[in-house]
Amino acid sequence: MVDIKKITAKNMTDKEFFFGHKACAGCGGSLAVRLAMKVFGEKTFAALPAGCMSAVGFIFPQMAFLNNAIISTFPGTGSMLSGMRAGLDALGFHDTHVVGFAGDGGTADIGLQALSGAIDRRDRIIYICYDNEAYMNTGVQKSGLTPYGTKTTTSPAGKNLSGAVTHKKNLFEIIAAHDIAYAATASVGYPQDYLNKLSKAARVKGTSYIHIYATCPTGWGISTETSVSLAKEAVDCGLWYLAEYENSTFKINRKLTKPELLKEHLLKQGRFKHLKDEDIKVIESERDRKWAQMMEKWG
Amino acid sequence: MLKPEIKNYVTPKHIRDYPTGPSFEAGHLVSINAGWRTFKPVVDINVCTGCYQCYLLCSDGAISKTDNKKIEFDYSFCKGCGVCAHECSFNAISMVKEELAK
Ligand SMILES: Cc1ncc(C[n+]2csc(CCOP(=O)(O)OP(=O)(O)O)c2C)c(N)n1
Ligand code: SF4
Ligand code: SF4
Ligand code: SF4
Repeated sequence: MVDIKKITAKNMTDKEFFFGHKACAGCGGSLAVRLAMKVFGEKTFAALPAGCMSAVGFIFPQMAFLNNAIISTFPGTGSMLSGMRAGLDALGFHDTHVVGFAGDGGTADIGLQALSGAIDRRDRIIYICYDNEAYMNTGVQKSGLTPYGTKTTTSPAGKNLSGAVTHKKNLFEIIAAHDIAYAATASVGYPQDYLNKLSKAARVKGTSYIHIYATCPTGWGISTETSVSLAKEAVDCGLWYLAEYENSTFKINRKLTKPELLKEHLLKQGRFKHLKDEDIKVIESERDRKWAQMMEKWG
Repeated sequence: MLKPEIKNYVTPKHIRDYPTGPSFEAGHLVSINAGWRTFKPVVDINVCTGCYQCYLLCSDGAISKTDNKKIEFDYSFCKGCGVCAHECSFNAISMVKEELAK
């Protein structure tokens, strides 16, 4: 790949393209959208399905995007992006980006089919999943990306169960299995890594997908100022990982550095406060299994 | 224009005053977010090194770079989350209770 100039906090555009929105204070999802738009710039056409980012961005009569943006159907982000790309190309607007911003529910559950179709067509679109690990906009329901042990309104914690009983769906590898041109995972806790991946995605000829771990103070029960540090810690203790898939090859960008932080990290969050030691053991052994597998296959 | 400006919005009086489709021009803002804050970030310019981590990490884009390579807050849009203060490696930002802030 040609050497591209790194976009950093110091040299990025001063223009804000996602501004004045009504996301909760310290929202990781809105940070993910803001930074992506700063990398992609003005000539970007965005589609957002139902979810927090469309809800906080398009409150009539407000419009918090400074570029063209539209709310898509909940399951149809992928197909809508394909249509937008086709329309722009037909009009001769080739020097543009088409980007989708969808939550974990909108991506891993309800929007998966349309996304799969778009990747299959190799359309030149960028799909960003901001993963706040539940359906937040409707008040915290469990999605396919909600991790084991999470207390949500549809996976309550009580005498019989300690929150969600399933582990996170392995969406990154499901996307990669399409032999997509570019896929990556990221975290709002590692912003430079995210910026680098956004720049790459902007240059990809086919479809690209970025899955960004995005803290949600409201749904997770964390204090707002820890939004970024917690997203970093999640990577450090191995509950999330930074990886890429390109040229049909996986790559781990960061090794597991602080596995011992796991328990402390979980218990800082209201959604995990009820976890007993045996629940944390389940989470720990799933993490270890996943990391052993990743290191063996991609390390 | 780096950021949109607040536009004056006249609340429709009759159903026919509403647009037929719920679409608006880009960057159409009619309200600020200042009222969300309990604590307000205040920067000590003498300590700030201009590293711009806070600028990078503000979900609301409420921090801007100044000509002298420091930062300033847009208090109309800062929600007081405290991320900037928490992430500043130089402790240049403190969160001050709103009514006590200068
Ligand atoms: C077809 C359809 N079903 C349900 C809804 C209600 N709904 C709106 S937002 C939302 C939750 C979205 O969750 P997610 O995709 O995870 O995004 P988040 O809110 O967490 O940002 C739901 C269920 C809808 N708008 N359309
Ligand atoms: S509920 Fe969570 S994801 Fe939604 S706007 Fe608030 S902090 Fe962001
Ligand atoms: S993070 Fe701290 S030192 Fe860096 S620009 Fe912001 S206030 Fe200044
Ligand atoms: S307190 Fe939060 S919203 Fe206000 S400037 Fe700091 S990071 Fe931005």
